[in-house]
Amino acid sequence: MSDQTPQSGYAAAHRTLEGKSALFAVLTTVVILIGGIVEIIPMFSATAGPEHLAGVTPYTPLEQAGRDIYTSEGCYVCHSQMIRPTRAEVLRYGEWTRAGEYEYDHPFQLGSRRMGPDLQRVGGKYPDAWHFEHMRDPRSTSPGSVMPPYTWLHEGTYDVADIQASLRALQKVGVPYTDEEIANAPQAIQAQAQEITARLAQAGITTQPDRKIVALIAYLQRLGKDGKAAIAAQQAAQAAVPPGATP
Amino acid sequence: MQYTAGTSVAGAARVEGVKYDEDIVKMFLIASVTWAVVGLLVGVIIALQLAWWPANLGLPWTTFGRLRPLHTNAVIFAFGGNIVFTGMYHSMQRLLKTRMWSDTLSRIHFWGWQLIIVSAAVTLPLGLTQAKEYAELIWPIDIAITLIWVVMAVNFFGTLAIRKVEHLYVAIWFYMSFVLVIAVLHITNSMAMPATLTRSYPVYAGLTDALVQWWYGHNAVGFFLTTPFLGLMYYYLPRISGRPVFSYRLSIIHFWALVFLYIWAGPHHLLYSALPEWAQTLGMIFSVMLIAPSWGGMLNGLLTLRGAWDRVRTDPILKFLVVAVSFYGMSTFEGPMMSIRAVNLLSHYTNWTIGHVHSGALGWNGMISFAMIYWLVPELWKRPLAHPTWPTAHFWLATIGIVLYTVSMWAAGLTEGLMWRAFDDSGLLKYPNFVDIVNQLHPFYWLRLVGGLMFLTGAIMMAINVFQTISRPSSSTAAAA
Repeated sequence: MSDQTPQSGYAAAHRTLEGKSALFAVLTTVVILIGGIVEIIPMFSATAGPEHLAGVTPYTPLEQAGRDIYTSEGCYVCHSQMIRPTRAEVLRYGEWTRAGEYEYDHPFQLGSRRMGPDLQRVGGKYPDAWHFEHMRDPRSTSPGSVMPPYTWLHEGTYDVADIQASLRALQKVGVPYTDEEIANAPQAIQAQAQEITARLAQAGITTQPDRKIVALIAYLQRLGKDGKAAIAAQQAAQAAVPPGATP
Repeated sequence: MQYTAGTSVAGAARVEGVKYDEDIVKMFLIASVTWAVVGLLVGVIIALQLAWWPANLGLPWTTFGRLRPLHTNAVIFAFGGNIVFTGMYHSMQRLLKTRMWSDTLSRIHFWGWQLIIVSAAVTLPLGLTQAKEYAELIWPIDIAITLIWVVMAVNFFGTLAIRKVEHLYVAIWFYMSFVLVIAVLHITNSMAMPATLTRSYPVYAGLTDALVQWWYGHNAVGFFLTTPFLGLMYYYLPRISGRPVFSYRLSIIHFWALVFLYIWAGPHHLLYSALPEWAQTLGMIFSVMLIAPSWGGMLNGLLTLRGAWDRVRTDPILKFLVVAVSFYGMSTFEGPMMSIRAVNLLSHYTNWTIGHVHSGALGWNGMISFAMIYWLVPELWKRPLAHPTWPTAHFWLATIGIVLYTVSMWAAGLTEGLMWRAFDDSGLLKYPNFVDIVNQLHPFYWLRLVGGLMFLTGAIMMAINVFQTISRPSSSTAAAA
């Protein structure tokens, strides 16, 4: 061994430090906090953090219920919600994702793996009936898919009181639901669910508005839609400003 | 006195009057072996599900989306956690020449940790999750983790306080960073508002939530699967090989550089996302820099073996150690490379990432754990292994299994990554139908399954070997009877 007990330099200083376990612990903590603080704190600032996108709205109560099903089933394990700004991705999935689109997402669902396609702009891409059938038997709509069927969503029901509890928690972490909206959630849920079951009925599918699949369809059909509209509005506003003018 | 493994680590010699708590080490070791088999088995099941979807069984609690978090939690926190605690309780007492500060806290830690694992194994298949990768467990379990972690930390620092040696050996530095940093990460990332007993919402929104999560997620790799395992390497590699640690100065430099740099690397999981550019750039730069301290550790490990290479040919435990440290080096080269934006554009979202994770998890964490287990069982139970030839067979099964796993996932990742972005002559997507690309991956999925099965088979052989060894009467009691 070449390292004798060091007599001088940083190794000797370190040798002293090794005799002081509390100081060692404090130094270790300070060293690891630096990176965390420098990266995380600015995310809460309006200028350095994620850019706000006007026009993005919180999920309706039924959509949030669908989002809870999405997270519970672990959809994020196979599907991303993040379109990167490349031509191939924009051609395949649509407009690339802006930071402000996630403003009301608790938790985030960007995903890390695409076993299946990205879902950022799946809202409006297929009719409700497609999603209904796809969850019942993925291969009926997408031959060759490796996705498991989710038949229990067609039988299971969501709990309205549960959704209200979720909305209250989300309100506390900053999603701008009003007390009135939360109180009136049962009616809003009922109305939106019936719109979906009516559209399904037109496609010859009979189901009840209280089924989990209805909430999930509500969520999937809204994914990326308000963001896309907000991006279009932003671009139109920018185009309306004559070149050289300062807005 | 030399600062060498030869002196500091060779402490099988006991200090007068100190009786080490060997039972707690045995308990964690048995737990680790058991959870290894469970975690790897779930991994093989979900690998089969990707190759052959009917293996989802049509039941809610056996679908891929619910079992995949069970697999990751089981292998990282159950197998990985228990083996780290095994090594910590075993080596700390020897390095500090004292029994653990409190046997009661040791046992609360053990049973609390197993209870957390069992509650994870129940809640995840039920679909109760926070839906943040590697932090899926619901808020009551998160609180339990925090409490048990505090119990463990109090015992850890209590033991440091009553130590009989002046200087802390390098393994202890790494354990300490693990104890401290995991606490900071877990608490920060788990901040959430409960809605019901089983559901909560993170206080962070959107990309801030994503950044906090990947700051946590990548440092779960850094401070759960890297620093404590380096601590194990610094104790067991010199101890088993009988060679002193190559360089004390290198261990100082690479320790501080590693703990400082690792914490910045998280945003490399969000390259080309809508995360602010400055954060992406920091994540990439620090990830690339990480190669230096990582390879410092690898070289310090491999060079420690100089003079013992002839024994690697015959000793299966040394074989496991060499391959473990080599895979550590390989995956810490691959990681920085994949953090370069241009490479990440191809590799992100693909199976390449899965291959990368497994070369680290199976190759580094798995192999070093197996070496420890095979060395510790005869030490602790004071008897030879029931099947002394099986570790060599396990070694080859595991090594070939890892190679099949990583090679098939590299191939699958490159295939899908390139097909996703391929254009035809008219400038349109060449493979617009996503499922067409998925269908190209089946041969790789089957090959990966074979690799995973080989790795699992080796682990089952190890479990049988361990349980048959410890259930035999020991040589001394046999003689007495």
